[in-house]
Amino acid sequence: MAGARRIAALVAGLGLAVAGCASSGDSSGGSSAAGSGSSGGAISGTVTVFAAASLTEAFTTLAHAFETAHHGVSVKLNFAASSTLAQQINQGAPADVFASASPKNMQQVVDAGGASSSSNFVKNVLEIAVPPSNPARIAGLADLARSGVKVALCQPQVPCGSVAATVFSNAGVEVKPVTLEQDVKSTLTKVELNEVDAGLVYVTDVRTAGSKVKGIVIPADVNASTEYPIAALRHAPNSVGAQAFTAFVLSAAGQAVLVADGFEKP
Amino acid sequence: MVSPAAARRIRRDRAPGRTRPPMLLAAPALIGFGFLVLPLLALLVRAPWRGLGRLLSDSQVLTALRLSLECASAATAASLVLGVPLAWVLARVRFPGLALVRALVTLPLVLPPVVGGVALLMALGRNGIVGRYLDEWFGVTLPFTTAGVIVAETFVAMPFLVVTVEGALRSSDLGLEEAAATLGASRITVFGRVTLPLIGPSVLAGAVLCWARALGEFGATITFAGNYPGTTRTLTLQVYNTLETDPQAAIALGLVLLLVAVLVLAALRDRWLRAGSAP
Repeated sequence: MAGARRIAALVAGLGLAVAGCASSGDSSGGSSAAGSGSSGGAISGTVTVFAAASLTEAFTTLAHAFETAHHGVSVKLNFAASSTLAQQINQGAPADVFASASPKNMQQVVDAGGASSSSNFVKNVLEIAVPPSNPARIAGLADLARSGVKVALCQPQVPCGSVAATVFSNAGVEVKPVTLEQDVKSTLTKVELNEVDAGLVYVTDVRTAGSKVKGIVIPADVNASTEYPIAALRHAPNSVGAQAFTAFVLSAAGQAVLVADGFEKP
Repeated sequence: MVSPAAARRIRRDRAPGRTRPPMLLAAPALIGFGFLVLPLLALLVRAPWRGLGRLLSDSQVLTALRLSLECASAATAASLVLGVPLAWVLARVRFPGLALVRALVTLPLVLPPVVGGVALLMALGRNGIVGRYLDEWFGVTLPFTTAGVIVAETFVAMPFLVVTVEGALRSSDLGLEEAAATLGASRITVFGRVTLPLIGPSVLAGAVLCWARALGEFGATITFAGNYPGTTRTLTLQVYNTLETDPQAAIALGLVLLLVAVLVLAALRDRWLRAGSAP
């Protein structure tokens, strides 16, 4: 319900975003032969967006708003770990836009020639997620190192896993997890199912999970953040759509959705 | 009386392999063959042959390999202990609802493994309908443990053994069992001394099949048991992980599992590779 209202508000703001598309399209790069003289009406077909798992809720809202504003355009979303998505794009997956939860995974795509440049659109910090009943009575990072406490983390090559490693090293805590999950949503699910006592996920994941998990804030002096870059891909099958969607995410209307989900401005 | 040579000739003429296939069948057959073989060929072509030794002697790989072999063997042992009696009951005992029981036993065979993993979580997870009491009463939790991997693999692989053994029991000679019973052998003696030796080869084949399925298990394992090196990261999970970080290593690991598959096929060749043999 809240989402629907948000979409309605967004659609109003979207006209502006699209109007600004031609100019901001330059900053997000890409050799857009089709971009020349493209106005709002030129966007058509399907825009395929590969986005980090942590963007699931925000990008679903953004995609609906984009579709509402551009009649007949459909946005196909593929959420997974940024490392997985970078790999898929480099193997030739037909993606138009890549939104990564880490500059490192975006760089892998740039290095392979899949994108020429990218723009950071948000940043995110970590939080401890525990089941609502908090069975292991976790109060802070140090509790995660206690023996018998079951902790789920992301794989080290996944952004949420590498940020978690930085947080632990900042705090001087050594944690032995019971599982290394393939993306942040999978880590969150293990907490929601009460199969682990705690998981390290993004602030935004705790917020969108609502009452299914409880968040325990990590002090700012040891917390670490990750920047999210977005790029219209060089081999995008729908290059006009890719430019427009990227511009929309970077627009004020797009940023409003992301901030509402707890993301910070870059 | 037909001479042996003539008999051979007649058989040969009648054999299906002697007829020339019509184009309508030959073309799709060829495409089908190519489709099945091409990916395996690609694995061999792209394999990092030069660095193979280094990639496979990585300590993480060896740990995953050892874990895979141990878990698959334990799952096969559990399947033998529980599955052979289950197959016997399905083949020999008449009771109402037998067809339903057989269907339920076969279900994990066709169920997507990841669904099996979710089902196992709901049953034996820390919040599961049974797992909750395992945790409360005994302090035992299965997810994220090596025991959890064995449970997941047994769930997925045991039906292969049950189906194979039950088939053998149904086609085995009841006369020998009856004769032993008439001579005064108890039912458990008949099972141990007559039935088991009769179906021995099928039990072995079922066990090999079950072991291979357990070794290849991925979906139920990652869903139910998680993914951590040394405790739950089996070779298949290692392939999945390495594909992101080091695709060359993933191909090398793929070769190892391909080799195992070839060995399993060789072990079962008398059952499967003889033309016209029953499965």
